[in-house]
Amino acid sequence: MNEGPLTPEEVMAHLTARLSGGIRDTSIRKWEQGRKRVPHYTLWIDLERDSLKPAIRALMEIQFPHLSVIAGADLGDAIRLLYIFSVQYGSPKSEYMVTFAIALPKSDLTVPTISDLIPGAVFSEREKQEFFGIRVTGIPDGRGLFLPEDFPEGVFPWRKDETGVPEGMVKALWESKRPRERPAPPVKEKGPGPEGGDAPSAPAPAGRSAKEEEK
Amino acid sequence: MSGESKKAPYRVPIGPNHPALKEPVMFTFEMEGEVVRDVDFAPGQAHRGIEWMGMRRNPVQIVHLTDRICGICGVVHSLSFSLAVEQIAGIEVPERADYIRTIVHEFERIQSHLLWAGVAAHELGFDSLLYLTWRVREEAMDVIENLTGNRVNYGIVQVGGVRRDIVPEQHAIIEKCLATYEGLLDTLLSFFLDDRTIRMRCRDVGVLSRKDAVELCTVGPTARASGVNVDLRQDYPYAAYGDLDVKAVLPDRYLGETHGDVYDRIVVRLLEVGQSCQIIRQCLSEMPAGPITAEEKLVKLLATCKKATGEGIGRVEAPRGECLHYVRMEGKDSPASWKVKASSYSNLMSWIPMLRGSQIADIPIIVASIDPCLSCTDRVAIVQDNRRSILTKDDLHRLSAEKTRRLQG
Repeated sequence: MNEGPLTPEEVMAHLTARLSGGIRDTSIRKWEQGRKRVPHYTLWIDLERDSLKPAIRALMEIQFPHLSVIAGADLGDAIRLLYIFSVQYGSPKSEYMVTFAIALPKSDLTVPTISDLIPGAVFSEREKQEFFGIRVTGIPDGRGLFLPEDFPEGVFPWRKDETGVPEGMVKALWESKRPRERPAPPVKEKGPGPEGGDAPSAPAPAGRSAKEEEK
Repeated sequence: MSGESKKAPYRVPIGPNHPALKEPVMFTFEMEGEVVRDVDFAPGQAHRGIEWMGMRRNPVQIVHLTDRICGICGVVHSLSFSLAVEQIAGIEVPERADYIRTIVHEFERIQSHLLWAGVAAHELGFDSLLYLTWRVREEAMDVIENLTGNRVNYGIVQVGGVRRDIVPEQHAIIEKCLATYEGLLDTLLSFFLDDRTIRMRCRDVGVLSRKDAVELCTVGPTARASGVNVDLRQDYPYAAYGDLDVKAVLPDRYLGETHGDVYDRIVVRLLEVGQSCQIIRQCLSEMPAGPITAEEKLVKLLATCKKATGEGIGRVEAPRGECLHYVRMEGKDSPASWKVKASSYSNLMSWIPMLRGSQIADIPIIVASIDPCLSCTDRVAIVQDNRRSILTKDDLHRLSAEKTRRLQG
């Protein structure tokens, strides 16, 4: 495959031919911008978990793919992981994004590491372990990445179930109000919020009103 | 420095506040004498949970949150987030807005690269060059303020378009700024590239091979300086770039060879300043007339977003490389999932091959050379034979400046 860049359909055909069994769903999405409406393409492929690494190998036959990031979403009963790649960089206007999506059921949140194929993936895999509570098997470096050392164990910020960030951890800064020892603001602050007595009939000017307070 | 053989290699932690730039990251160096044998780093000293916050807000609120992810890249995050949402909700951006987005995007690149050039000069102990680059950077900042109303946190991009038009009177202001930079570029190039000391400090220092650059998912000028032909403006057109025929700036196109070192990273960034000037000029002359947003009324815009379901990826070439936002909408006010991938996220891993084998005095310039959007050393503690001496940021900078003086003889 060295006669010029492939079309998005050819890339999709190459991948589907290699992975006959493991594909759940595919789509090619086009988006056009600018005066000439030059399109760019995103290939979305939903895979079985076992087909993830074969799919990446098939992608590597085209070009060593660029892994942008592994994104994810908590769907309730499963965690959806999206491995966002791009191939054919270096060919003007012919780079395509290729997204491999897999679903990990909450009963078995494990996925094999892909860092043996793409060494740079470790960074993103570490982040997914930390933020979704999944387990990347075979990861060469399983330490945390972004969360502070004293962050409680078993809390995963991007989960939407009972392991997500609990209410008690959230600091509502707007509740802290204006410090009393500060000098008065140069412009007189607007009257009290909705529950106040002299609220104007028109809606209060944007923003500030909710946190106005004692004076 | 007696008795170092006893415990060599010894560990040098740097951070979590500083080696060269603004934001915090924790480095641990394994040193053998002056040479870095191995290195490890831990980012995340300033994790703010922006994605967590975004998943509890609506897209119009998130746009303003994205403006505040980074103080330098004010436009790239809001642009990539908007691109993602527009693709999910099927909002077609007017052509004029595509051009205005492109113009502000390129001014951001100019000011970011000049800021970096100043930091690089400072790390080498060449402070007069720092003052020059930061002074001329102000011109781009003034134009950005004129176009958007703000020096940072521009607030120019909105889902569906932009929030301010560029009127004919502003063309002259932009043109004057571009002319200044184009007149200055040769001077800057010769200050940086013909200077014997900068060459000695940067040539073959902090080398990143092409293979490592590709395998570690490196992006932007850091990848291009290692000879990887990547530039989303060329490969994956968005906004007005499909109309423009941008070509990636690669060191061998200018110097005839690629080393993948700090010097090449300087070359790429400086040449991109000139390239950005050309892009802005072309956009100004070809900018079509028409509306600047698909939907002026935010209530209607929010209603459209609320109905949207699906997944989208917005991806732009930030000054430091690819910036990507993944958004998943499920017909609710706020997105079901949102992942921000800033450009430095992809570049941090490249520090490890760059720093291995380098000297302690070269750490600041190598760390700075990928233009990290986090990092910084307040102090370095050198632990040796259980004696502990603290090196402050100033000491580390002094070491680097002294090396420059030594080389100058």
